Amino acid sequence: MILDFLLKRKEKSSEIARKRLQIILAHERTLNLPFMENLKKDLLQVITKYVDIDKENIKVNMNKLDNMEILDINIPFRQR
Amino acid sequence: MKGTVITITSGKGGVGKTTIAANLSLGLALKGKKTVVIDMDIGLRNLDMILGLENRIVYDIINVMENKVKLSQALIRDKRTNNLHFLPASQTKDKTSIKIDRFLEIMEDLKQKFEYIIIDSPAGIESGFKTSMLPADKIIVVATPEVSSIRDADRIIGILEANEKKDISLIINRISYQLTKKGDMLSKDDVVQVLSVPLLGIVPENKDVLTHANKGEPSILHQNSTTGRAFNNITRRILGEDVELMEIKEEKGFLKLLNIFKGS
Repeated sequence: MILDFLLKRKEKSSEIARKRLQIILAHERTLNLPFMENLKKDLLQVITKYVDIDKENIKVNMNKLDNMEILDINIPFRQR
Repeated sequence: MKGTVITITSGKGGVGKTTIAANLSLGLALKGKKTVVIDMDIGLRNLDMILGLENRIVYDIINVMENKVKLSQALIRDKRTNNLHFLPASQTKDKTSIKIDRFLEIMEDLKQKFEYIIIDSPAGIESGFKTSMLPADKIIVVATPEVSSIRDADRIIGILEANEKKDISLIINRISYQLTKKGDMLSKDDVVQVLSVPLLGIVPENKDVLTHANKGEPSILHQNSTTGRAFNNITRRILGEDVELMEIKEEKGFLKLLNIFKGS
């Protein structure tokens, strides 16, 4: 245990910066998409027809991977 | 002639837009290209100081927009090269004095007379920036390897893409060899990965830039300086040459020692 602690590499501050940026930028890119609000509304309308969802905790992220943009939408179902 | 308009922007202030605009416009002029550089930071002009032309200003771009003087009367010719002209910002007016229609007319006029038109955009995402990006054929986004600068650069890139600006490239300024090596600064690869726009060039952190700014002699006039070479490389890439990225190195031991003796 102690050895584990001693050997544990301290994360470089630049790595922390990169991770923080990736998370915040994915979020902000989504907010700035002009169609996002309408897309969200339409999607919810369809999905709520079939399942009970937790509207408070929907997460939408836009990610870039090389030349591909990925829209990543997380919709949690409500616990029964 | 149908000149190319290149707007230099960043979002965040203080990351080196003006220094880069000064160096690249001088660089293009040194390569024989008829170039004009325009300061669009109305009310907070600084490009004149960096270029060392502050004592030659009589009229500015707002005077031209208001039709008080002709465009040719406001253009200042840089005597160090035959090919560079400079159109200063107004220091007394503010950016509400910008008339977009007149600005675009002036740009069209300049495109007939120059091969390259470099616009030094103000910081921020307000009207000054928006006006500066309108006529641009190419946009250079400047960022330093810091979280605040990269976040703002990303926002700017988002706005540019939403406005159908396609030719966007990135300059990463002030890369410190020591800090990157220690893992305390984002590397150029990290920045490129996060922003995912093509990299036009990198500029190492170097104290010469301050000395050159003090004297009003942009680094590119000092071809032996590290930053002078970095700007020369970027200029050549703008002209379509395939130039390898400069390696960010530690200042050589001998040079360091020499600097200690010189007391600098």
